[in-house]
Amino acid sequence: MTSSLLQIQDLRVSFRMGKEQGVVQWAEAVRGIGFEVPENSIVALVGESGSGKSVTAMSIVNLLPDNAKRQGRILWQGRDLLGASLQELQQLRGKEIACVFQDPMSSLNPVFTIGAQLAEPLMKHMGMTKAQALQRAEALLGEVGIPEPGRRMGSYPHELSGGQQQRVMIAMALACEPKLLIADEPTTALDVTIQRQILELIGKLKATRRMSVLFISHDLGVVGEIADHVVVMRHGVIREQGRVADIFAAPKDDYTRALLACRPSLTHNPDRLMVIDDHMAGRSSRQVQHTKDPQAPVVLEVRSLAKSFFIKSGLFGKREFKAVQGVSFRLRKGHTLGVVGESGSGKTTMGLTLLRLHEPTSGEVIFEGKNLLTLSDRERQSMRRRIQIVFQNPYASLNPRFTIGQTLVEPMDIHGIGTDRADREARARALLEKVGLDASAFAKYPHEFSGGQRQRIAIARCLTLNPEVLVLDEAVSALDVSVQAQVLNLLRDLQDEFGLSYVFISHDLAVVRFISDEVLVMKDGVVVEQNSAEQILASPREDYTRRLLAAIPRGYQA
Amino acid sequence: MSTASHDVVAPAAAQRSDGVWLAAWRRFKADRVGLVSACVVLAFIVLVAVSALGWVAKGWQDEVGVANAPPTLLGPRPAEATGAIEVPKGPNADLSAVDPLAPRYADIDAAASKYRTTDAAKADTLPMGGDRLGRDVMSKAIKGTQISVFVGVLAAVLATLIGTVLGALGGFFGGKVGDFLEWLYNVFEAIPGILLIFAFAAVFGRGIGTVVLILGLAGWTGLYRQVRAEFMKHSGREYVRAAEAIGASSTSRMFKHILPNISHVILVRMSLLVVGFIKSEVILSYLGLGVGVEDVSWGTMLAEAQSELILGYWWQLAAATGFMAVFVTAFSLMADAVRDALDPKLRGLE
Repeated sequence: MTSSLLQIQDLRVSFRMGKEQGVVQWAEAVRGIGFEVPENSIVALVGESGSGKSVTAMSIVNLLPDNAKRQGRILWQGRDLLGASLQELQQLRGKEIACVFQDPMSSLNPVFTIGAQLAEPLMKHMGMTKAQALQRAEALLGEVGIPEPGRRMGSYPHELSGGQQQRVMIAMALACEPKLLIADEPTTALDVTIQRQILELIGKLKATRRMSVLFISHDLGVVGEIADHVVVMRHGVIREQGRVADIFAAPKDDYTRALLACRPSLTHNPDRLMVIDDHMAGRSSRQVQHTKDPQAPVVLEVRSLAKSFFIKSGLFGKREFKAVQGVSFRLRKGHTLGVVGESGSGKTTMGLTLLRLHEPTSGEVIFEGKNLLTLSDRERQSMRRRIQIVFQNPYASLNPRFTIGQTLVEPMDIHGIGTDRADREARARALLEKVGLDASAFAKYPHEFSGGQRQRIAIARCLTLNPEVLVLDEAVSALDVSVQAQVLNLLRDLQDEFGLSYVFISHDLAVVRFISDEVLVMKDGVVVEQNSAEQILASPREDYTRRLLAAIPRGYQA
Repeated sequence: MSTASHDVVAPAAAQRSDGVWLAAWRRFKADRVGLVSACVVLAFIVLVAVSALGWVAKGWQDEVGVANAPPTLLGPRPAEATGAIEVPKGPNADLSAVDPLAPRYADIDAAASKYRTTDAAKADTLPMGGDRLGRDVMSKAIKGTQISVFVGVLAAVLATLIGTVLGALGGFFGGKVGDFLEWLYNVFEAIPGILLIFAFAAVFGRGIGTVVLILGLAGWTGLYRQVRAEFMKHSGREYVRAAEAIGASSTSRMFKHILPNISHVILVRMSLLVVGFIKSEVILSYLGLGVGVEDVSWGTMLAEAQSELILGYWWQLAAATGFMAVFVTAFSLMADAVRDALDPKLRGLE
């Protein structure tokens, strides 16, 4: 068989956490792991955030912060990299081992053209002349599937879409023909359709260039599609490793099984998703049968909503950019409307316009017989509490200087809910428990919570106002698959208990299908398809919808 | 429900987590240079307070020493050689004939003998020397510290207030309000700083209040720019959007949500302003546009020192510059340490 390119043996990585009573404190992120990357293969490191997967990958070329300490052996073609000098490592970095990171926007230098950024390592590492380097750069852009590579050479990063930027990053990584490509969550920040393209690209490059890839992801579904070997990590140890077919067909470890079960799927739609802890404890997920009343009263009706932005062009001119055009829908009590589309399709703008966080250009939003868009400021303030929003990024949507208690009590103060301070605090504590957090969270600050917990707090903040409609703007997209399942279950439970109506905005059709009754598919600000969730999945009418469906990772298909 | 959750209240409230400020304080404590300079600054502040209460340096205007008394360390000045002028040798001339007051000398002496006049003995040396009127330079320096620090801090507070409010308005609302404030800012920035200060000084006249007003009105621009940029950045953040969605008013979003999140920027900038304004006050007083003649500040001391220096009386200059250098250096170092402790980018690294 093939020989091994990279061998990791009993690797331990710990971080210095400052001193406490004169004793240096260490936090161990990786606790003695070993695996190998054979030549010409894709090895996937899978785990939730905090599992130590990224730390493992970054320790190979020592891109860790200064307070990290590595022990064990990292053998690169038989040579131990732990003892290698910085100079030796710099020879390896980029030349033999190249890296692609999660966020392409922040990885490219905004003031240089794509061509210049691609040509630089070629001239430096490969000793090419400028003309040769530019020619090679153009060829690379073509290879990673950028249309019109010649024209794109002169473009700046902001002129490219997120997917194209990630392609450029991959092209840069490939420039010096590395033997190993380390891809750290390369598709997590991207839409599903673009994720699909990048996955196909990586698979193709492995075949044509005979290189190896160390692919890091939190999503077993993604990994199953391209990996040859899978290493499942949790809390810094390896739970299971093996060939991808074995992992998917006969997972031996409980944790692997739980990870496989918690992703919403297109073929099987349970009422609740499996949660890691339930699965590992051997509990089957609680199945509550609930039927929704198709004749429930309409709470929110939107008629031909439109929002345009005006972009300055020339000295006095303005150009109209139609972000949302002619969106109409009805939302019934206790129902969920899913809104799907790629980034830039106007789905978030639509959500913000519903709350008048953006002023709409035209259209009507009817809530209990009143048009929200023509209300006076005072009427609007009282209506405001009844439609609430949960944002995508749980790290940005809570005020870092407020305790959780302050965050939850503030909306009740503003709207005069509850009789006095004590009553409001009691309500806030009750809501914290409702969303599955300890009441001791009340006095803590947001930075002490994980992403999933913060999203629960954001949901609790909305619930303080007893809203009737919740707009969930990519509310689970930034979360790990396992945490996503918990939050989705929570949303379901809250809907059953309070009869909430959701507008659920997401780029992931599998998630939308799990939670929605009706689905809007948006493209370039226009609704291209609108139907019940079952219908959309069973018989999509539009090509675009079919493409979105095809892009969802399905795991390993034998 | 409520009783059940009330039981939880006490322990939960007791273990309220470290806020950002407490974490910053812990980092600050670990910075030795910062801690020492903070102690120095604190000592100065105590000195200012004690002096303001009148416990020390109350009699700074008393002429306690001989003119230009040297510091104790140097010892008294050698007595000036007298008798250098030669005694004329000609016949004695009786001047009483031409002196109109001559017949009254006896009366005057009789009247004067009814009163006792004894001059308080003037000290030959003073701890840090005396000025040309024989006033204690040490007391002057302490009193000067009080005025200079007071002026610097108060002017910085004023400038911070103006800059923060205008920056918040401009950054948060943008549009016409922002355009107007930018225009105002440009007008202020277009005039050279010292010229602006002169212009204000000419209009308002001299005095401590005036100096505070002048420096505050002329010095808010830099802080305004920074606060404005921070507000622009934060007003688009999701937590501010979330506050808008729950119905928080603009004022609440600006000052309850955003302001605490950028307060470290303002704090650091303000401490830099204090240092700058103390120096400006010195320059103003030196030029005669600062505090009035009945007050003393480091600036007026330096102005006096200029003429003394020619005569070789260097101690007033040394005292004023010494006090100023120690305070300004300590304050700058402390501001640096505060910024390091508050910088969110360092958070979690420890």
